[in-house]
Amino acid sequence: MENKKIIIIGGGPAGLAAAIEANNAGIAPDDILILERDRELGGILNQCIHAGFGLHMFGEELTGPEYAGRFIDIVKERNIGYLCDAMVLSVSAEREVSFVSPTEGFCRVKAGAIVLAMGCRERTRGALNIAGSRPAGIYSAGTAQRYVNIDGYLPGKRVVILGSGDIGLIMARRMTLEGAKVLRVCELMPYSGGLPRNIAQCLDDFDIPLYLSHTVTGIHGKERLEGVTVAKVGDDRRPIAGTEEYIECDTLLLSVGLLPENELTREAGITIDRITGGAQVDETMQTSIPGIFACGNVLHVHDLVDFVTKEAYRAGASAAKFVNEGGSTPTGSTLQTEGKNGVRYVMPQKINADGALTTETTLFFRVDNIYRDKFVTLSVDGTEIFRRKKRFLEPGQMENITLSEDAVKAIRSGKTVTVALA
Amino acid sequence: MSIIKKTCIVCPIGCHLEAEVSDSGEILSVSGNTCKRGETYIRDEVTNPRRTLTSTVKLTGAKYDKFLPVKTDGAISKGRLFEAMEILSGITVTAPIKRGDVIVENFLGEGVALVAGKTVE
Repeated sequence: MENKKIIIIGGGPAGLAAAIEANNAGIAPDDILILERDRELGGILNQCIHAGFGLHMFGEELTGPEYAGRFIDIVKERNIGYLCDAMVLSVSAEREVSFVSPTEGFCRVKAGAIVLAMGCRERTRGALNIAGSRPAGIYSAGTAQRYVNIDGYLPGKRVVILGSGDIGLIMARRMTLEGAKVLRVCELMPYSGGLPRNIAQCLDDFDIPLYLSHTVTGIHGKERLEGVTVAKVGDDRRPIAGTEEYIECDTLLLSVGLLPENELTREAGITIDRITGGAQVDETMQTSIPGIFACGNVLHVHDLVDFVTKEAYRAGASAAKFVNEGGSTPTGSTLQTEGKNGVRYVMPQKINADGALTTETTLFFRVDNIYRDKFVTLSVDGTEIFRRKKRFLEPGQMENITLSEDAVKAIRSGKTVTVALA
Repeated sequence: MSIIKKTCIVCPIGCHLEAEVSDSGEILSVSGNTCKRGETYIRDEVTNPRRTLTSTVKLTGAKYDKFLPVKTDGAISKGRLFEAMEILSGITVTAPIKRGDVIVENFLGEGVALVAGKTVE
């Protein structure tokens, strides 16, 4: 069986950054192998042709292909190993990776360390159980995005969008610019899951109405979608009888959430976090299996690729360290992190007291509702270490806390780290 | 006097901006911004709103890609976005193309260039 020091599964923004940082940390380019199932590197960024990427990393607004291109250029310049059209079939706890590719056939490679960077996929109509027939014209927003931006096809002319996540908002603008009429965006929740600026520049700019607390309850049409039934929902998120409205349309786009793609992770026996849908990791991005790391949307869904890149740098550096130090793992005590009082989850889920913990360690979290004028607090074993005032907190925006020196000190002798709103 | 409320689109923070505008259309004050660019943004929004346009143009001669992502390298008048889309639908470029290559200079006479967003061999 062939050996590689580091195998990276997924050649999107997470995988590219992990590969580059592993190389920076001294792993030779040909000891790294990125396995990408698409025909080219770049992942989902290739179809995200809108601007808004890279403000944190580069201080400028890039389009998705531009952002990916900067990392692809580095990977190619340094001759870091990668294989496209390569579908990974399994990852084992012993760090064996099997994959198939049209050029290489079936391969098994033993890795010194593995970085999981498979990204996420979209929730589908099946996951929502919308009643009605099964006509053509119903797409996940990301699929429609690929049709329009990569393949050059407009999926329809009269469009209803269910879900106000960023991809749905971006597609409302994109379809409008390409000549379709976007009739409305319906959102089940009383608030949007998308970035506020996308509501402004994708909906408000084109007078596309956003119906909060509304959902699609019926799909009509035989061969092609002819219309949808939309209804208002109550506080229990169930449709309210008598509020149904029929809307004639030929296309329904679903932008109803992203799910980290963790089939390989589960099969390897890695512990999954019930809330994020991704692996549980420590501050080095290591999963419950030593030598297997995770980063990017496969770990938890991000709203900004910049944070994916930063997380992936950490995973790449940690994977390189694991290999360079012969597979050593932290030996000290492990703290758990938790979210309380409106904090839905905290990532990483574990912190090693003697690990790579520094004042550069960042905790990421999301809130479960819209909050105004709240304090974000960080406590260790119930003692508050730090608080910061926030004017707006929204579920659509991932928040972070970078550890202060006091926090690092307290964490070193603690058991539980709590992020909460006060 | 009136108050104009806008969500800032300059960066992902999305500040909730407010501009106090006099009856003659003059901006009296700006609040809610956390940086200078937010103030510039709402001043432009009140007078001449501008947007960066991203789209695709037809591409020939590439191994896989049939469309090339493009963007204006600065903002153009918001009211001219559909006019710009019309022009893009008539453009075809040929590979190889490098990211940043200028496809149209002084696009729409707006003083910005239309540039390639992707390197295609």
